[in-house]
Amino acid sequence: MSEINSTIKQAWEEKNSAPYLKSSRRGLDESLVREISQSKNEPDWMLDLRLKALALYQAMSKPTWGPDLSKLDLASITYYAKASSSESTWDEVPEDIKNTFTKLGIPQAEQKFLAGVGAQYESTTIYHNLKQQFKDQGVIFEDMDVAVQKYPDLVKEYFMKAVPANLHKFAALHGAVWSGGTFLYIPKDVKIDLPLQAYFRMNAKGMGQFEHTLMIIEDGAQGHYIEGCSAPRYGVDSLHAGCVEIYVKPNARFRYSSVESWSKDAYNLNTKRAMVEKNAHMEWVGGNFGSNVTMLYPCSVLLGEGASADHLGLAFANSGQVQDTGAKVIHLASNTSSNIVMKSLSRGGGQSIYRGLLDIRAKAENVKAQVNCDALLLDSDSKSSTIPEMKIANNTATVAHEARCGKISENEVFYLRSRGLSKEEAETMIVNGFVDPIVRELPLEYAVEMNRMLKLEMEGSVG
Amino acid sequence: MLLEVKNLSVEINEQEILHDLNLNLEAGTLHVVMGPNGAGKSTLSNVLLGHPNFQIKSGEIFFAQEKINDLSPEQRAYLGLMSLWQAPPEIEGVALEQFLFLAYKNIFAARDKAWKAPSVFEFSELLKKQASILNISPELLKRSLNVGFSGGEKKKIEILQLNLLQPKLAILDETDSGLDIDAMKILAENIKNYQQNKGTVLLITHYPEILEFLQPDFVHVMVKGEIVKSGKKDLLTTIKTSGFSQFI
Repeated sequence: MSEINSTIKQAWEEKNSAPYLKSSRRGLDESLVREISQSKNEPDWMLDLRLKALALYQAMSKPTWGPDLSKLDLASITYYAKASSSESTWDEVPEDIKNTFTKLGIPQAEQKFLAGVGAQYESTTIYHNLKQQFKDQGVIFEDMDVAVQKYPDLVKEYFMKAVPANLHKFAALHGAVWSGGTFLYIPKDVKIDLPLQAYFRMNAKGMGQFEHTLMIIEDGAQGHYIEGCSAPRYGVDSLHAGCVEIYVKPNARFRYSSVESWSKDAYNLNTKRAMVEKNAHMEWVGGNFGSNVTMLYPCSVLLGEGASADHLGLAFANSGQVQDTGAKVIHLASNTSSNIVMKSLSRGGGQSIYRGLLDIRAKAENVKAQVNCDALLLDSDSKSSTIPEMKIANNTATVAHEARCGKISENEVFYLRSRGLSKEEAETMIVNGFVDPIVRELPLEYAVEMNRMLKLEMEGSVG
Repeated sequence: MLLEVKNLSVEINEQEILHDLNLNLEAGTLHVVMGPNGAGKSTLSNVLLGHPNFQIKSGEIFFAQEKINDLSPEQRAYLGLMSLWQAPPEIEGVALEQFLFLAYKNIFAARDKAWKAPSVFEFSELLKKQASILNISPELLKRSLNVGFSGGEKKKIEILQLNLLQPKLAILDETDSGLDIDAMKILAENIKNYQQNKGTVLLITHYPEILEFLQPDFVHVMVKGEIVKSGKKDLLTTIKTSGFSQFI
């Protein structure tokens, strides 16, 4: 196990050289936005969307209601860098980039467990593939940039409609400089039983990554998408402001899973939203490791009667980190239901915050909602807090909220040690047990990856 | 001597609980330490196991000729110390079988460098066999450690670990309290088997019922952190008839 761990650790910390940065620059202005759009040969409407978003970005200030973002120097970020052109076979991917992904286990996993794979390095996708059987059924799994070219009408109809640029400063930033990401379209009644996967990697120093994920799951369709993210450590702030928009049509079911393990100097400010229609079901499963500050609250908007959403999340705040994560559910229709289960771990002075919103509107009758948050502190230096907001405008709702916060039990650790486990093994075992309800929901190779991440965090050997 | 406790004084939260305590156990014997509530019996058990919250102020503990004052709980487990808990913790998400596999591997690998660990499959077979002797259902082994287990099931899982981990000294810290007669008999039988395999037992209790099934070699009376009286089995009769008050 330790051998595997050190390989993962290497892959995490290793940086490739970044000659492509020579043609990139820091900071953001209109000319850069125009350059990005031009280099992608985008239609006018997309350039227009970018420029409007840029204007919003320039007019808005950083949010102040959450973690401290004052040290994030937006002028020193490189907003766009292209490391390689998109390849459709793994062999064509440049050697050093390939090595990084190979160490992280991406191509092997594709052969065994996955329906399709995409990999993004800096701002652009370097590899994308979908199994033929799903292509034949009309499934589209593409690099987002390619999708704009190939399916402009489909993209235009949905792009940044669930997450509009005026939502907050980083959504506006995203709209202005977004690049790469994943586009998924599952046609009516098509069910994909294997997960589709994408992997995002920030390599160079002071990078920004702004991938856009757009997924349309048509009536009665089913699918599971999973993504992993990582970046090496530089000691210079980098920024990840991705955006995920998911449209789950009537009677469709979709699961979006992510395991994010950014380096400890990255700001991870992500916006994820799903629009869930009649009798459709949306599931979010997320694990957040690494990063300096994370702000992430996947949101489900339950639009149609009988729609439902499950949010399962895990955050690990280690030394010097703030994990401000949670979930938002907006119940707009009757007989909708939601279930939120969030677990956080804090260690070495790390701080985890559960921030949630449960919003039940007046017209939504017979809503059922359950919120469950559990915080485990691994030492007395660490902190955890819970900020659950509930707006309930209809009194037929059934709402249950439970929050627990506790230190790792000395008694449990002592018991396990007295049976021959080291302190570290005992704590890791208790932590694994604590997160088990989340990890259990991940596909095998991701569950293994998540357990490795946990083990690394428990050893304190990363960062 | 397997265990030698010499002039041991122990405190927790700056309060002294054990004062100048002496206790010697020869390998293969069964000792009983009895005493009223608050005598420091649990402290004795905890300090022998190396609980980090208890501070040794003075004195020494030797186990198998090695001074163990500063050894961690797991190092003591490797040497062959084990306690059967009265109320073992319930730990959500920690699969019993996985925990036992790790405990088993760690302990036997530490005791014998040449020892070769079994595969998961081999261990699983071994565990099933041991569990069936105690009438533990295999389904229980897949579940979270002690979560939702009945009192009897928890006790059996402790006995299972005694049989599996083969310590040199088994400390039974109030292990017998709250047991019905059938569970008591199962416990006593397993302790007897353990003794036949040269096991040494330190039974710490304020509750002498299990001694109807076991033959102690020595009986010690503990009051206010000290052993105030030691004797053979007949000391039990004295305690049974007139309680601890005569020693206070």
